Amino acid sequence: MSTVFIAFQTNEDTRPIIEAILADNPNAVLDEQPAMVKINAEGRLVIKRESIEERIGRAFDLQEMQINLITLSGHIDEDDDQFTLAWNN
Amino acid sequence: MDMQAKKKLGLKEKYAHMTRGLGWETTYQPMDKVFPYDKFEGIKIHDWEKWEDPFRLTMDAYWKYQAEKERKLYAILDAFAQNNGHLGVTDARYLNAIKLFISGVSPLEYMAHRGFAHVGRQMRGVGPRVACQMQSLDELRHVQTQIHTVSNYNKFYNGMHQFRHQHDRMWYLSVPKSFFDDAFTAGPFEYMIAIGFSFEYVLTNLLFVPFMSGAAYNGDMATVTFGFSAQSDEARHMTLGLECIKFMLEQDPDNLPIVQRWIDKWAWRGIRVLTLVAMMMDYMLPKRVMSWREAWEIYFEQNGTALFNDLARYGIKMPDCVAQAIADKDHISHQAWATFYQYGAATAFHTWMPTDEEMDWLSAKYPNSFDQYYRPRFTHWREEAEKGNRFYNKTLPMLCQTCQIPMLFTEPGDPTKICYRESDYNGEKYHFCSDHCKHIFDHEPEKYVQSWLPVHQIYQGSCFPEGTDPTVEGFDPLKAVLDWYKVDFGRDNLDFEGSEDQKNFAAWRGMATKNA
Repeated sequence: MSTVFIAFQTNEDTRPIIEAILADNPNAVLDEQPAMVKINAEGRLVIKRESIEERIGRAFDLQEMQINLITLSGHIDEDDDQFTLAWNN
Repeated sequence: MDMQAKKKLGLKEKYAHMTRGLGWETTYQPMDKVFPYDKFEGIKIHDWEKWEDPFRLTMDAYWKYQAEKERKLYAILDAFAQNNGHLGVTDARYLNAIKLFISGVSPLEYMAHRGFAHVGRQMRGVGPRVACQMQSLDELRHVQTQIHTVSNYNKFYNGMHQFRHQHDRMWYLSVPKSFFDDAFTAGPFEYMIAIGFSFEYVLTNLLFVPFMSGAAYNGDMATVTFGFSAQSDEARHMTLGLECIKFMLEQDPDNLPIVQRWIDKWAWRGIRVLTLVAMMMDYMLPKRVMSWREAWEIYFEQNGTALFNDLARYGIKMPDCVAQAIADKDHISHQAWATFYQYGAATAFHTWMPTDEEMDWLSAKYPNSFDQYYRPRFTHWREEAEKGNRFYNKTLPMLCQTCQIPMLFTEPGDPTKICYRESDYNGEKYHFCSDHCKHIFDHEPEKYVQSWLPVHQIYQGSCFPEGTDPTVEGFDPLKAVLDWYKVDFGRDNLDFEGSEDQKNFAAWRGMATKNA
């Protein structure tokens, strides 16, 4: 199976997003680099709006991720509730 | 009042409204005349409505988030300027990577802006047109933010003042420039593979992610911020390139061989340009996050393999050139730095030989190559420089007709022998750095015979200031070429040791940390 990844800038906005991703994806592996946090996962990675909202205590639009997103890999499926990265193999 | 708010549209519906139903079949003029370029490459599209843009960013959200990215970036630039942020970098040698970046990469962002505006006009499907137009806006933002950021360094240091002038003239800058010119002069679908796939997917992850993380590690908050800010758009761009490949392959089986050929060509074109990034990572960042080889393994070998496994169901194969690129990963950064060191009189940045500690790091990261092939040469050059014989090569190198890189790469499997290939076309001989560059030429010789090769142009007398008379006694061709490049001799070029940048940085940092 292939690895997907997503990377964010290291800051206070992304801390709850990263926590939510790690909680929702047991296969996710954290890789901390200077100024950046990268999360790798075999096959598939899901980012859930609700999990982020629980942590930040306000409504969150998943597209807010754009501000602190650095890069990603895999096919994207995005709707209002979740953002999924996956390879079809 | 009994006002009931209507349920808001979901993301997918909103995006569909923005990108569908906007186009129409033209009647005053036939569609083929309105969109004259989207068929001649042989790509067959039966249903443009099948285009699926993976990021469903609507215009209102786009402006909102892009504006927020800009505010963040400019707040950091203000703080950087107010706080003499330029003195926070690890070592003034680092600034030379920024010089290469502003002159080699930023002008490409502007070309990407133009290219996507053009392709956005030429595709008859509405989905890709919207996506290309948004990317065109992103690219304009990138070049602007990069110039604004680097202008804060240009106030204090040499070598950045003529970046745009030099981009069109300087021998090493013809490498990235010709990559983009090659893409820009292709048809719209090939452009999407060249830039959307090769440049965004293969190159920018390696340039903007590990290199920018390296910038942060070297104390350059301004550069890392524009780098990551740009890369956040690249995440969208990469998926656009990937979507375009899938779309072409799903539309018609006849598209497969055309797409495969473009992927093969542009993967190699991208890999060759990455030589500059490899050298920046291994030699120009005084504090290193990871070696070029490690970055290549993560972002190309692992990520690229995942991508090609995914495309295998359409019949796409990993390009043949990748095997050579994998073998070359132990060598290209060292071979490129050795070349720039020798030609350090003809560059708009400084060069140097690594310290002992840096050489130890290089041997640990490159156990199969550094001590055996490169350390002896570098130690020799350093010893000569210490004796006052800093080596500057004054001959001009032969260039590859396709990638325009000097013949500095070695034979696959023999790092002691320079690789040369040649082809005959219309009675002329053309030279190449590799089998893959030769194959690219052989398939489109009419295009590549027109290459503007800096060394040929110098010999033809096209690179001297107007009014230069090369027949006068004592004519110094190197000096005339540097004048034409607008390189300020002795300030912009030569060794870092003894440079004005080195002295100024040390003096200013001293003032920042002590009472004078």
